[in-house]
Amino acid sequence: MFDTRDIVRISLFAALIAAMGLFPRLDIPVAGGVPITLQTLGVMLAGALLGPWRGTASVLLFLLLVAVGAPLLAGGRGGLGVFFGPTAGYLIGWVPGAYAIGWLMQKTWPGNLFLRAYVAALIGGVLVIHAVGFSYLAWKVGMSLQQAAVADFVFVPGDILKALACAYVVSIAGPRGFGAPKHTS
Amino acid sequence: MIAPYLTQKTWLHRIAAGYKLLALAVISIGFTQLSDWRSLLGATLAVLALYLLTILGHWSRLRLYTPLLPLLIGIGALQACASGWEMAVVSITRLVAMILLADLVTATTPMLAMMDALAPLLRPLRRIGVDENQVSLAVALVIRFMPVLLNEWTQRGEAWRARTGRRPPLRLLAPFAADIIRLADHVAEALDSRGFQVKRSQERSKD
Repeated sequence: MFDTRDIVRISLFAALIAAMGLFPRLDIPVAGGVPITLQTLGVMLAGALLGPWRGTASVLLFLLLVAVGAPLLAGGRGGLGVFFGPTAGYLIGWVPGAYAIGWLMQKTWPGNLFLRAYVAALIGGVLVIHAVGFSYLAWKVGMSLQQAAVADFVFVPGDILKALACAYVVSIAGPRGFGAPKHTS
Repeated sequence: MIAPYLTQKTWLHRIAAGYKLLALAVISIGFTQLSDWRSLLGATLAVLALYLLTILGHWSRLRLYTPLLPLLIGIGALQACASGWEMAVVSITRLVAMILLADLVTATTPMLAMMDALAPLLRPLRRIGVDENQVSLAVALVIRFMPVLLNEWTQRGEAWRARTGRRPPLRLLAPFAADIIRLADHVAEALDSRGFQVKRSQERSKD
């Protein structure tokens, strides 16, 4: 299913998601006093630049590393504990999120690359991830969906900014090559 | 960065990773069955005692939990208002106990042992054409790529700062993304030319 080039790219983006948890702060405004991790941006980029399957594989690889105990989540968290926490849904949501972004990017829509990437990142990276995230939160602690959605809303503005950043990077780094067919040798 | 793995050996280090994972799975099912707040509180206090006894002397580990505190308090308050304090105790204790137990497994199991314990679970992936060797190559690459990426980014940031005197903007991400993808393709070529060929036979049969 994946050749060497795919595996290296998948690993590269998993490493990018990991590195974004450690990056010295980039200039992103902070919404409502909640520090924003850049890791969701890594997930969006993986989906947008690698395509649905490789993007998803990249996220899964990152989550596997976290599960086996690598302290790669922002703030040096890691291990099985995070998958039992109330916010585990946001991590699980990265998987369908990355897939959705990659899938949407492959659809041909009218509009330029920036706009397409922005819409894809908004739907896959914000809508899908948050929907999974707050549904899981509601289920895990027995709140109503509305309560969880309200609590979730604080984090939406930051992620909308990340979707913008993702669209910007995609529009410059370009569509060429990344989701392109494998080279045959 | 605080490493989740405890280097100092404890009694839990001596138990095989597979058993610890199994125990974690069984106990997590047990916790969802408990619904009385008194028994849950008791069980959670027992787990907390076990946790503190095991990490004895490594109190800095508790600092990893600080980001969780406001969240737990928020959830507790919401629950208490909406459905009474008993429900709040039930959901908070369940969460805390499971997080502590899972963290104990992580604290006392080296990453490689955990990978080995998980390998049988990865085997079904063969059916969709991914084998364990590919996964272990990918894991090794991620670990190798991380310092490379950080270094690449820091260099860009410093070059930017030297020329403008300002902090590096997000704009630098775009050439950075293009460059690291080029880097990845060089690595792939290097791997291929050294004879690391994954799944060529399968690919041929697919064509």
